[in-house]
Amino acid sequence: MTLLAFDWAFIIEKLILIVIIVFASLGIALYTTFGERKVAAILQDRPGPNRAGPFGLLQPLADGLKLIMKEEIIPNASSKWLFILGPGLAMTASLMTCAVIPWGTSLHLFGRTIELQIADVNIGILYVFAVVSMGVYGIMIGGWASNNKFSLMSALRAASQAISYEIAMGLALIALLMTTGSLSLKTIVADQVTGHYWNIVYQPLGFLIFFICAMAECNRTPFDLPEAENELNFGYHQEYSSMKLGFYLFAEYVNMIMSSAIMACMYFGGYDLPFFDESTVAPNIAAMIGVGTLLIKIVLFIFLFMWIRWTIPRFRYDQLMNLGWKKMIPLALLNMLLTGAIILSKL
Amino acid sequence: MNVLEILFYSLSVFALISAIMVLISKNPIHSVLWLILVFFAISGHYILLNAQFLAIVNIIVYAGAIMVLFLFVIMLINVKKDSEPQKLLFMKFAGVITGGSFLILLIALVKQATPLVGKVVLLKEGTIGLINPLGKALFSDYVVPFEISSVLFLSAMVGAVLIGKK
Repeated sequence: MTLLAFDWAFIIEKLILIVIIVFASLGIALYTTFGERKVAAILQDRPGPNRAGPFGLLQPLADGLKLIMKEEIIPNASSKWLFILGPGLAMTASLMTCAVIPWGTSLHLFGRTIELQIADVNIGILYVFAVVSMGVYGIMIGGWASNNKFSLMSALRAASQAISYEIAMGLALIALLMTTGSLSLKTIVADQVTGHYWNIVYQPLGFLIFFICAMAECNRTPFDLPEAENELNFGYHQEYSSMKLGFYLFAEYVNMIMSSAIMACMYFGGYDLPFFDESTVAPNIAAMIGVGTLLIKIVLFIFLFMWIRWTIPRFRYDQLMNLGWKKMIPLALLNMLLTGAIILSKL
Repeated sequence: MNVLEILFYSLSVFALISAIMVLISKNPIHSVLWLILVFFAISGHYILLNAQFLAIVNIIVYAGAIMVLFLFVIMLINVKKDSEPQKLLFMKFAGVITGGSFLILLIALVKQATPLVGKVVLLKEGTIGLINPLGKALFSDYVVPFEISSVLFLSAMVGAVLIGKK
């Protein structure tokens, strides 16, 4: 066959990697819901879920089963296809981010070097940005197709929130790119591994802005205006039931994992374990240590997300917009100017 | 036919079908969603031409931001397909005639430009679409037009804010 002259082993290798990463993300997301409830319980001084299985560890499976077994309702007045497309799109967009995250260095198996990254595109960060901006469509389409005014209001809120905070996020990112000089996540992480410090040392303000914007993009409290249940009933997924609702809820957790991974890669050295020389152990073991380190960093970030969620109350909508446009964007511009000035003075 | 050609033709068909659906959808929301698919197909073409930066910026700016605003406005003013005003027959004829003459103009331009028969798109060649060459070109050879266009954007933005305040 000359028609499809591929390196088939390469395709299979990438497919296996994609399947592993997607399922691992879903598994982590599943247990993040459990973690969320446990963290909430600890912060509110109560035991939290503890009935299903030892320490309540089977609770997420029970929740998932409950969601799947529930009756699937598609409202009569909705646009059926878009109603189904909405949650699918939200889930796809949140999972697509994982393609450019470098999960570790590389494994040497069966005489092949397997990169622990699905695709090393030279515009990795911009790809993440594009996918994030696609995620809004899942919410907007779902909210509109439900044909419910609360859902529509919430979808519009989500869209304007996402667009507002994307600007500050992009500006914070530009300052980081000025110091790294590369858009590829793999290069950014590799530079931090070989360089002296992680990027957080050079870009503390940029990281703060990026973190706040990431929280807004994930619709996490204090930015969960799109699903403000006491004003909008339940927000954009009000008409959804069963696993379609589950997809929306799940996509939020996958988003959280992916943004934690991105932040770990861009500002906290990615798979770099500090004070440890990876060249002293076998390459495969070093790669596995790298993957473990990145996972620990992700878990710490997720904990931070939850900690903030259960500590800070929700903003009002005008406060949210004021914070985004009048504080975050000028601050990000200032950060960009400062970074530029320092780089120029060092030339 | 190699893999690239298969990709090229399927992307083209995808783009054309989506573009036709933009026109014939009765519901404006569906039109916007089809238009987003057109942008994706065009980004696919950019990637085939090795212009990754252009492809991703096309998605971020057009599919990601401008189309969200389109959707936003259409959802907010809540255009329904039954409330769409019936246009006069005269207007329809005028539309067909102007659109048709524009099509003829385009075809004439394409036919006159260079002999296209037998030419294949250069796939996966050239680096101008990658971010390094593009950035260098923009900030050295084309720095004056680039800066002037950014001033133009700024003035448009100030104007929009001013109109919005009234």
